[in-house]
Amino acid sequence: MNIIETINLTKKFGDFRAVDAISFGVGKGEIFGFLGANGAGKTTALKMLIGLLKPTSGAAVVAGYDVGKNPNQVKRRIGYMSQKFSLYEDLTITENVRLFGGIYGLSMGDIREKTAKLLDRLELAPYAKRLVSEIPLGWRQKLAFSVAMLHDPGVVFLDEPTSGVDPLTRRQFWDMIYEAAHEGVTLMVTTHYMDEAEYCDRVSIMVDGRIEAMDTPGALKKKFRATTMDAVFTRLARPDQKVNHMD
Amino acid sequence: MIQVQNIHHAFGDNQALSDITFDVQPGEIFGLIGPDGAGKTTLFRILATLLLPGSGSASLGGLDVVRDYKILRTRIGYMPGRFSLYQDLTVSENLEFFAAVFGVTVEENLHLINDIYVQLEPFKKRRAGALSGGMKQKLALCCALIHKPQILMLDEPGTGVDPVSRREFWDMLRRLRDSGLTILVSTSYMDEAAWCNRVALVQQGRIMAIDTPEALTGSFSKKLFAVRAVDKYRLIADLRRLETDANAYAFGEFAHYATPSANLQIADVELFLQKNGHDGVEVVETEPTVEDCFIDLMVS
Repeated sequence: MNIIETINLTKKFGDFRAVDAISFGVGKGEIFGFLGANGAGKTTALKMLIGLLKPTSGAAVVAGYDVGKNPNQVKRRIGYMSQKFSLYEDLTITENVRLFGGIYGLSMGDIREKTAKLLDRLELAPYAKRLVSEIPLGWRQKLAFSVAMLHDPGVVFLDEPTSGVDPLTRRQFWDMIYEAAHEGVTLMVTTHYMDEAEYCDRVSIMVDGRIEAMDTPGALKKKFRATTMDAVFTRLARPDQKVNHMD
Repeated sequence: MIQVQNIHHAFGDNQALSDITFDVQPGEIFGLIGPDGAGKTTLFRILATLLLPGSGSASLGGLDVVRDYKILRTRIGYMPGRFSLYQDLTVSENLEFFAAVFGVTVEENLHLINDIYVQLEPFKKRRAGALSGGMKQKLALCCALIHKPQILMLDEPGTGVDPVSRREFWDMLRRLRDSGLTILVSTSYMDEAAWCNRVALVQQGRIMAIDTPEALTGSFSKKLFAVRAVDKYRLIADLRRLETDANAYAFGEFAHYATPSANLQIADVELFLQKNGHDGVEVVETEPTVEDCFIDLMVS
């Protein structure tokens, strides 16, 4: 059974269909790239999937629960991190882990054990008492990802997790994504880096509230007779322009 | 047009900028390329006369950022990374406000921004806070240009912007450059380096290299292979075991393998991967991009 399943999921703001009847499924352990131009409806769709926004019509079942009917059950079973907010900057690394562990209802013993494991794995133990505001962005993003997985969720939503991160750390971050997928965690990732679209098992591209294309990166490139995902994206996001190359 | 000499700046114990020196020629797009936290915004704030440098000096159009800050502010257009227009004013009110602050009128300078403004005009009565991301960006650019600056400074205009809109924004920048404006722009997207005349690669407050994008990639001293195999995750792990002083990392649908050994041949890599049980192996020699250069400078 798919861990994410949507049927005609729709969100209207007044007369405007921000998300227009999208249907798709994501399997266990899959890395699913959720792409689209600014304003295409990605954020609205994501907000419905994580239980923050009630669908106008249609349905989505995430981690076994209907997002419209049981949003709080969904929230408990998923992980979420975004580029904009993920950790409290005025708390230390350890305090952040403890806070989120508490929010997810883990026992103190569990939190202690998981904190030690996490610090060891990220090689952050010497910095455990540093404020999050004092550590480099790349470390922060890796920490935020680990914190989002603290309660062993079956599915994790990553909203532009690598935006602004240096090219080496960006790749280390993707190593973590691969590792999580290997352990059976499902990952839904939004990104504006088209090279990262290539790292996904499957990719969907939203245009004006609808999913216009969905397949493996290889199949999409073949279908659109393109050599890169960037070209596929351009063709879908600007269908009226034949070629849009600066060089 | 812009001269930066030995700038150092620290916030407490944190050395944000170390010995930054570069210059920008008139009519050039100069890019500061580096991740968040590299010090790009601190440098922008110093050049925009919003922050006094710890030490060192800088001048823009011959005006010193400390001594001549008042007059300098009229010669530059500055678009900060965070949207900083008045959200509760309309598009035209924002534009009129910025024109008035600099003692000009929108009418007299409209020709400077006309290309961009025509796209905004349908929304001119809308509050800036209610615009889409792309439109906000265009309005911010118009407001930074309305007083006819000689130098345009844009801090991370591409952050959070999708690749197609980003390319369209760069089209606008290139047209502005061709009309004679000098442009200093920062970005964390390595692909944007290719659209600059010259770039400085910045990491942890230091400039690692300055040159044209072509010269930077041309000076890449290693042999670079693009490698493909069915199991990409294991491919990279295995490539890392091939030689001790080489570097393997994901690069779109390929893995890139950068090696200092000039003698390593495609067949050597293929053989190694086949021995390790990889299927669908494909190895070609490839040209480095600015991103390859950046990674190389970071690891060496």
